[in-house]
Amino acid sequence: MSEPLQVIVDPAAAGTPASAPPAAVALLRERHGDGVRALMENRGQFRVLVERGQAAEAIRFLRDDPRLRFTFLVDVTAIDFHPATPRFRVTWVLRSYHTKETLVLQADVPEDDPSVPSMTHLFPGADWLERECFDMFGIRFTGHPDLRRILLPDVFPGHPLRKDYPMAGIMTDQEWAEHIVSRAQREEGHD
Amino acid sequence: MAQGRLATVSWGESEEDGGAVLTTVDSLVNWARKNSLWPLPMGLSCCAIEFMAAATSRFDMARFGAEVARFSPKQADVMIVAGTMTYKMGEAVRRLYDQMAEPKWVIAMGACASTAGMFRTYPVMQGIDHIVPVDFYVPGCPPRPEMLINTLIQLQKKVASERAHKGLRVANLKAEKATA
Ligand code: SF4
Repeated sequence: MSEPLQVIVDPAAAGTPASAPPAAVALLRERHGDGVRALMENRGQFRVLVERGQAAEAIRFLRDDPRLRFTFLVDVTAIDFHPATPRFRVTWVLRSYHTKETLVLQADVPEDDPSVPSMTHLFPGADWLERECFDMFGIRFTGHPDLRRILLPDVFPGHPLRKDYPMAGIMTDQEWAEHIVSRAQREEGHD
Repeated sequence: MAQGRLATVSWGESEEDGGAVLTTVDSLVNWARKNSLWPLPMGLSCCAIEFMAAATSRFDMARFGAEVARFSPKQADVMIVAGTMTYKMGEAVRRLYDQMAEPKWVIAMGACASTAGMFRTYPVMQGIDHIVPVDFYVPGCPPRPEMLINTLIQLQKKVASERAHKGLRVANLKAEKATA
């Protein structure tokens, strides 16, 4: 086993009483060694930064280890650190009903290859969460059975939660109106 | 208005089309229409809550014949768009509008339906009038039920002032007559 990780406390939470990292962190470190890159804390909540290639293995371990049993994938999302590199940080929030702990796993993803392995084979519920993350950030979840937009219309250009996306969108209202009207007429069968 | 129409025999249609009869029918049909404006509740967000309040007994839209909220567009007369219309929802709004039978009217309830209000953002259409013709814009965020009921009363006045065959395909009948 390598040296224990130093806990990085978020500046916003500096001065709040430190808490001990959950047992899961030590076990994860034991298993994945340097694949666990950093451990961050904010008011008693811990985030573990892993290599994206090891994320699926780490999550499988957290889910299946009888001491941990993180059997609930609460959320999958991403953070855009534009213009910093690596640009994205994909985030998985896991909950264990066994230890009553919440653990956040994160992996850095570069802009030129924004892909991470899909967790749908571990958690069927990851399906729509990953589609939303793809819709909003353009993260490609490799191995996802049906990676389409889920919230925005299919013709929507770009991924709006990226920091460099224009607030008011790219298509104008006139373009949208033409799209909506022509589509309605097509589907009503009088074109 | 009604008396005026009775007096103007050849208003709109020529006498051989039976203009005198039609104008009387106008008054009768419009009287029936304006007192039974069945809304299609297009509740898209918070404004829909005020629409519901307007329909309940405290404010009682039923006093104006507009309590029969119809969820089938084929049975509705007035689409009340209450809330923020996204582009994606716009497809549904337009299709429902297309499916409503003539004559039909549209009320844009609230700042969002009228202009998108505070939402100058990527998924929100800046006013429903980009895709459907709007008869009344109701200001407010949200408008109070009284405001909506006031709009209904204005709409009743508008309905009463229209020709009864609004939107009906009179043009086709005329064309048929011409070819016969
Ligand atoms: S106008 Fe205000 S109350 Fe109405 S839908 Fe928009 S934000 Fe909600």
